[in-house]
Amino acid sequence: MEKRVVFRSAWLPYALVAPQIAITVIFFFWPAAQAVWYSFQLQDAFGLKTQFVGLQNFFHLFNDPLYLDSFRITAIFSILVAGGGIAIALLLAVMADRVVHAAVGYKTLLIWPYAVAPAIAGVLYSFLFAPSIGIVTYVLKGLGIDWNWIINGRQAMLLVVMAAVWNQISYNFLFFLAGLQSIPKSLLEAAAIDGAGPGRRFWTIVFPLLSPTTFFLLVVNIVFAFFGTFGIIDATTQGGPGTSTLILVYKVYHDGVKAADLGGSSAQSVILMFIVIVLTVMQFRFVERKVNY
Amino acid sequence: MVENRPLLTFASHVVLVLGVLAVAFPVYVTFVASTLTLDEIMSVPMPLLPGDQFLANYSQVLTAGSNVGSKAPVSTMLFNSTVMALGIAIGKIAISIIASFAIVYFRFPLRMSFFWMIFITLMLPVEVRIIPTFKVVSDLGMLNSYLGLTLPLIASATATFLFRQFFLTVPDELTEAARVDGAGPMRFFWDVLLPLSKTSIAALFVIQFIYGWNQYLWPLLITGDESMYTAVIGIKRMIVGSDAANEWNLIMATAMLTMLPPAVVVLLMQKWFVKGLVDTEK
Repeated sequence: MEKRVVFRSAWLPYALVAPQIAITVIFFFWPAAQAVWYSFQLQDAFGLKTQFVGLQNFFHLFNDPLYLDSFRITAIFSILVAGGGIAIALLLAVMADRVVHAAVGYKTLLIWPYAVAPAIAGVLYSFLFAPSIGIVTYVLKGLGIDWNWIINGRQAMLLVVMAAVWNQISYNFLFFLAGLQSIPKSLLEAAAIDGAGPGRRFWTIVFPLLSPTTFFLLVVNIVFAFFGTFGIIDATTQGGPGTSTLILVYKVYHDGVKAADLGGSSAQSVILMFIVIVLTVMQFRFVERKVNY
Repeated sequence: MVENRPLLTFASHVVLVLGVLAVAFPVYVTFVASTLTLDEIMSVPMPLLPGDQFLANYSQVLTAGSNVGSKAPVSTMLFNSTVMALGIAIGKIAISIIASFAIVYFRFPLRMSFFWMIFITLMLPVEVRIIPTFKVVSDLGMLNSYLGLTLPLIASATATFLFRQFFLTVPDELTEAARVDGAGPMRFFWDVLLPLSKTSIAALFVIQFIYGWNQYLWPLLITGDESMYTAVIGIKRMIVGSDAANEWNLIMATAMLTMLPPAVVVLLMQKWFVKGLVDTEK
């Protein structure tokens, strides 16, 4: 779509886009290009000598069991975060959509976790579940569950997943509620007259009509789990115990900032960029095509 | 509602109330912990009703920071967070609105190249270009400065898209009328386009304010100096070790103070917040 009526000026449009383009070039393209460049290089431990090594960093990565394991961990983590967050939010949104008059009130009470920084969500959950003093740990002990995420990898994973789902739930809820409210009531009434109960109506009408929203949220939640959860991990497990919550983004940070392995970390950045590009393209495709029946 | 099923409606309310309580529980415990003494928190299980240390804890963190972790006062951090959040929100809106104005209302060579350059930034979140971006900022001498905190984060494809989308819906008749009346492009921008964009600006402001306030990785990297910590970083720096070594009462008071501003923005500007979320994701 284009404008029919436009203004003419030889210099003004350039002056108007200049600030945005300058920032984009300095802080996006230049660093991204450098990341690609570093990823082909090997630096010695003191950063004195660099050597062009081609794709060697990438070969190293894909032969590194730790890195491959990080992929597996990231996959499990994002499936749990996206699946958990979407399922709970859908349940709440369907319920809120049923109680039309009270929906606005519930909405207000459910949207504010969006405002909480992921790092703070992490701090909150690590306090609730703290092995020695946490209030939830105390309750779990009463139930005979020995909770210590500092040493138990599965529990550490569960902790970061819970914090991430909590943080993301308002976003999913808002989109599902908007999706539900745009479903024509006449369809549901017709089905009700034909004798379809609430469960049947949900699975045969509501859920299929929500599929564009669900797919969209799936991509957004995976992106959040991949990148947005850095703060949660850093504030709680820092990838541990061992490497049981070492997701890809945290490994880039760990290898690049803490272990100062410039080439390896940059190669990981390049792979991550590739993943973001795939996810972004998927998101746009889904939004355009409107996955539907 | 399609049909009346009192039992199902009752069940819906039960599920929703449980959901609201589960969502609110972590913050309630945080609030309670922020009003207790450290000893009370350490006595397992900690009390679940607020104590009497509210003033003591909050005034200590606001003026003096924690005792064992970061000693920077939280009031400074809240100020830094405010500068960063406002800088990012206002900066993003300002540079994106003029860029989309140029892209929609002018025809010029390289127009589409600029558009795609901005579009591609969607695919390069800070997290994937951490180290090189850090190098650029450090070469420019912007470590530990407000410029360093805000500038790298204010280029935004989403804001540019949103404004472009909106400008395309503005009727051409308005532009024609303005031109007939002899208004130049900037006059048209200030007197016609900007007032029409008010809702979009408000919606974007809410989203970007929260985005800026909640930044973590970037300020973590470039603020080595305590006086430049943002509130979110400050909390992290107060956590020094295992469970028992931390001053949880002070950490929790800081967490409450840090959560408050963005939560207030979301709740007070709820209408724009929802609009902003839905629009920026289109």
